[in-house]
Amino acid sequence: MWIKGGRVIDPATKKDAVADIEIEGGIIKDIRQSAKAAKKSECIDATGKWIIPGLIDMHVHFREPGFEYKEDILSGSMAAAAGGITTAVCMANTRPVNDNPSVTGHIMKKVSDAGIIRVLPVGAATKNMEGRELSEMGLMKKAGIVAVSDDGNPIESAAMMRRAMQYASTFGLILMSHCQDRTLSGKGVMNEGRLSSRLGLPGIPNIAEDVMVARDIMISAELGIPVHITHVSTHGSISAVRDAKKSGVPVTCDVTPHNLLLTEERVRTYDTNAKMYPPLRSEADRQALIDCLKNGTVDCIATDHAPHAKDEKDLDFDLAPFGVTGLQTLLPAILKLHYDCRIPLMNILAMVTINPARILGIEGGRIDKGGRADIAIVDPKAEWTLTEDMLVSKSKNSPFIGWKFKGRVTTTIAAGKVVYKA
Amino acid sequence: MNWPHKDLIGIADLEAEEITTIFDLAPNFKEISRRDIKKVPTLRGKTVVLIFYEASTRTRLSFEIAAKRLSADTVAISQTGSAFQKGETMMDAAKNIMAMMPDCIVMRYPYAGMLPRLAKELPCSVINAGDGYHEHPTQALLDMYSMREHFGALKGLNVVMVGDIMHSRVARSNVYGLKKMGARVTLVGPKTLMPPGIESWGAAVSTEFDPVIPDADVIMMLRIQKERIAEHLFPGDREYSSFYGLGKARVAMMKKDAVIMHPGPMNRGVEINSDAADSKRAIILDQVENGVAIRMALMYLCLGGSNVD
Repeated sequence: MWIKGGRVIDPATKKDAVADIEIEGGIIKDIRQSAKAAKKSECIDATGKWIIPGLIDMHVHFREPGFEYKEDILSGSMAAAAGGITTAVCMANTRPVNDNPSVTGHIMKKVSDAGIIRVLPVGAATKNMEGRELSEMGLMKKAGIVAVSDDGNPIESAAMMRRAMQYASTFGLILMSHCQDRTLSGKGVMNEGRLSSRLGLPGIPNIAEDVMVARDIMISAELGIPVHITHVSTHGSISAVRDAKKSGVPVTCDVTPHNLLLTEERVRTYDTNAKMYPPLRSEADRQALIDCLKNGTVDCIATDHAPHAKDEKDLDFDLAPFGVTGLQTLLPAILKLHYDCRIPLMNILAMVTINPARILGIEGGRIDKGGRADIAIVDPKAEWTLTEDMLVSKSKNSPFIGWKFKGRVTTTIAAGKVVYKA
Repeated sequence: MNWPHKDLIGIADLEAEEITTIFDLAPNFKEISRRDIKKVPTLRGKTVVLIFYEASTRTRLSFEIAAKRLSADTVAISQTGSAFQKGETMMDAAKNIMAMMPDCIVMRYPYAGMLPRLAKELPCSVINAGDGYHEHPTQALLDMYSMREHFGALKGLNVVMVGDIMHSRVARSNVYGLKKMGARVTLVGPKTLMPPGIESWGAAVSTEFDPVIPDADVIMMLRIQKERIAEHLFPGDREYSSFYGLGKARVAMMKKDAVIMHPGPMNRGVEINSDAADSKRAIILDQVENGVAIRMALMYLCLGGSNVD
């Protein structure tokens, strides 16, 4: 297969030039300038388009096993493909929890049956994500996990967190930490502040996140073991990450597109598609996150794609589940940040390609000879409005419905196979 | 009367002139309640559905009496617990009720956000009888009306509200309303019962009760709920009442013509002692009486009634 005439943009190799790409056997065989395609070979004309590495979304919920009515590995894979994502890292809060190799094996089997994109599971750090006993991290790694996390169920005990980081690193696994002190977040359903008081909704203060980020950074520093803080949302915790990085602590972090593009104001109409954890924060928090996108503190952008069925979301704001979808809006959101905040394309693309690959220690996230043929072709000029109908996921709980975006994925190629075509 | 609102969801949605309109109508309705035959045909043929998904005796009774005195037919539904906790079910329930063509739904609901949604979706009037921690607009209207009745005007009045400001929809609605009407408001309570961002409300805030008593024209005590002790927001009744309770000693510090208010039901011995609750300064029962008149005025306006006499 050939992809011809597109502008190849690859943060890993710092490539930015018009070139042709030859793909064979799932890998990139060659990258050349205006090469001649073999006559019988399939050819995709990418003139005027961008050719970028297939995106890596290091934080998604595919809900299988257990909650297939919200999403399953097949529907999630299709939504990812439609968003230019060729690797999705799925969290362990399934039913049963992915805390042992048989569940991991089941997931891997479903992924291979779906055969669309690469889905890499995260194993629970503790059994049943209860924060009491370590999970079988080693055996799960053999079965296919790439990281451990009790995402959604923050590890309350500092001692258990310390032990989990140590044990995970024994097997070269990174711990992805969801930082939320539940004694502080309480019954909160949105950012705590003037607006929550005004709306009469219980608030979640910034400090609920900040204290646990600080704790995890201190444990990571003490052990010299990397920790990844997922979905950072406050100015306090992003500053803590920035300072820790400066002093050499092996901490990394990701931020969600919705925390970068939206603020608590989005909750004003009590729309439950604006209810997620961490909550949409203040404009000052958002600005701090954007500053840290620019200065390199933020390593990755991950969607925390959290599908919920319509009738679950159609509850009172207090009662509806936390979470929004994000696979198909990841790239458009990134391009919006690129245009609006003047963040160089290379830098921001790195956050959804090579950076997550490096943090997780996985292949991919780059366009390079001999590498995985995971590619997204993007029409940078396409202007479009997101409607519910466009969403491929089983659940439609996106906070961006009705938004205008510039730039759209037209083709997604995963392991050398076209898995999405607009 | 040209009343621009189909619904009343919050005091925040009303202009000062509109609040005055309600107040100016209230005496007519109050007079009806004092008649021998307490009924006028104003809303004859109209149906008012009272839906209370949270325990309430006085608010429900007040609305029901108000509607009946205007000759509306009333139906009441009470529901506590979990049966209607699902919003979709709530919306379905509301649509079912709507299919029976009521003219007005009066609703109390444990969560914020549903009332504005219902008001938007349903063609009938929707009146908020208290939603979550959000607003309780008719309570604020009757509170403000009682102050106006007593002092002649709200402008320049110094109102002190004491207690659980954080969880009080009554406090929120009163602050919005009193500020619009030109009164000064001071909110008093321990910091654990103060909402975040309280400084933006435009009211003075104090953790000490005693210093603000001598300047107050109105002292409004808010109900303390036992569950707040369970949440460890304050240590217990004894400590609470010693710092924030209104008893004999604090009543003695009040201005001669200052009044005591309470939205009820009272916890005697906690936020208010009998010395205060039963004193001549207390206008708590006036509040209750005015509640009926205010709710009559409001239903009259929202339902486009005629023929007040």
